[in-house]
Amino acid sequence: MPIISIRDLVVEYDGRRVLDGLNLDVEPGETMVLLGGSGSGKSTLLRQIIGLEQPKSGRVIVKGIDITRCSPPKLKEVRRSIGVAFQSAALFNSLSVADNVALPLREHTRLESSIIDLMVWMKLAVVGLADSRKLLPQELSGGMKKRGAVARALALDPEILVLDEPSAGLDPIVAAELDELILLLKEAFQMTVIVVTHEMPSAFRIADRIAMLHRGIFSLVGTKDEIRASQDPRVRHFLDRVPEDLANAATVATHFEKYLHTQEIHQ
Amino acid sequence: MANVLEDIGRRTLDELDYVGSLNIQLWSTLRAMKRALPFVGNRYRWQATVQQMLQIGYDALPMVSMMAICTGFILAMQGATELRRFGALHYVIDLVVVGFTRELGPLLTAIAVSGRSGSAFAAEIGTMKVTEELDSLRVMALEPIEFVLAPKYLAALISIPCLTVISNTCGIVAGGLFMFFSTRLAPLLYFRYVMESVALRDVITGLIKSLAFATIIAHVGCLEGFRVRGGPDSVGRSTTSAVVKSTFLVILADAVFTAIFYFTVKP
Repeated sequence: MPIISIRDLVVEYDGRRVLDGLNLDVEPGETMVLLGGSGSGKSTLLRQIIGLEQPKSGRVIVKGIDITRCSPPKLKEVRRSIGVAFQSAALFNSLSVADNVALPLREHTRLESSIIDLMVWMKLAVVGLADSRKLLPQELSGGMKKRGAVARALALDPEILVLDEPSAGLDPIVAAELDELILLLKEAFQMTVIVVTHEMPSAFRIADRIAMLHRGIFSLVGTKDEIRASQDPRVRHFLDRVPEDLANAATVATHFEKYLHTQEIHQ
Repeated sequence: MANVLEDIGRRTLDELDYVGSLNIQLWSTLRAMKRALPFVGNRYRWQATVQQMLQIGYDALPMVSMMAICTGFILAMQGATELRRFGALHYVIDLVVVGFTRELGPLLTAIAVSGRSGSAFAAEIGTMKVTEELDSLRVMALEPIEFVLAPKYLAALISIPCLTVISNTCGIVAGGLFMFFSTRLAPLLYFRYVMESVALRDVITGLIKSLAFATIIAHVGCLEGFRVRGGPDSVGRSTTSAVVKSTFLVILADAVFTAIFYFTVKP
């Protein structure tokens, strides 16, 4: 039984369709990478999976609970089993790295503070930040912040780990370190991992399966080999880094005609 | 003409939406407030409340005191200019005491706190929104209303009446200084006249007003923060809007309360 099931998911912002009838199953223990270009809808899909937004229609079922329709207490219960590391890390600037990691433990458990300290140290040690636990987020580098966010996401030993663009804005070496960290975490904690990225080397390093998003629909969902072998033009354009027709004369002329047409309507 | 009506209609709907959001936020906060109380609530929320009380109350003390002292002097001098002509200089004491306990103490305090803390609430929450910290609270199954707003509201409910009492005292002391320098009225005698002029009813109505002002400042500031959309520039707009709206609403509420007390509370 899939741990996450997405059925006919439609998301619209101000009448503009961002996700168009998506279907996806994520099996327990697998690493699913949501790959796609900017504006393809992958971050929107991620926000649906963690229940931060309501879809126009469709269902998102996490551990057998439809989080688009469940009660707020049920949604909280589901969220406790999901650890999320945001693209911006989203560590609380007023708290030290250790306090950031301790926060979910203090809020959701009745553990003694000495036990919480030990658990925080362990989580920080796993991501290589044990020596930086007393620092404030603004004193950390970009890569350290992301690792801190991963440590906080791991705090409650979640069944599902969700990472939004973990390697965005990082140099290739730090990005590769994070990829290795994700592989290590998956092996150590046997978690289901969902990673949103547009970095192909990273995706092909960590994924069990890849779901390629293109303008709000999946162009292909498959293993790394299936993605590499795909002849779907949308997949090939992305893999072969073929630019879309943005800057040729015909496209510019089309946009110009559209602009003139709208001006005439207004006059 | 149609455009004007359309514009008026849209603005009216926007304002109604704003008032509705304020109401919903207020009730949600009241429901979450028990978690911020000492002994019965969550100790981390109470710690946050104490920290907020220091920021709203203790840090504002010099500013509120100076404003009250200056206004006390101004009121006494302006009053004395007119009352001297009728040989009723001693009524300056009544003017200062009644003016401060009923009106100026709560109003001056609210305006000072609105400028200092209302804008700080909007900036803090707006920044948390932009940096996805509010989203990370939600995915950790924590409610931003309980985690962020409830401690601020409780702190405002405690600090602003305390500041109002201090403001009243400073204003009345300033009146005493004026009387001493202008008529050589002995401080002890001035104190006796003050005790004769001050009415418990005035102090209580002033404190009731200050509770209403605390509600306005905390909720408008926080709502402006929660409504931030986009990037850092909108945080700047939200802080300005928080100060303008809360100051306007404080004065409006003052007028309403004064009218209610005028017609209902008999001397």
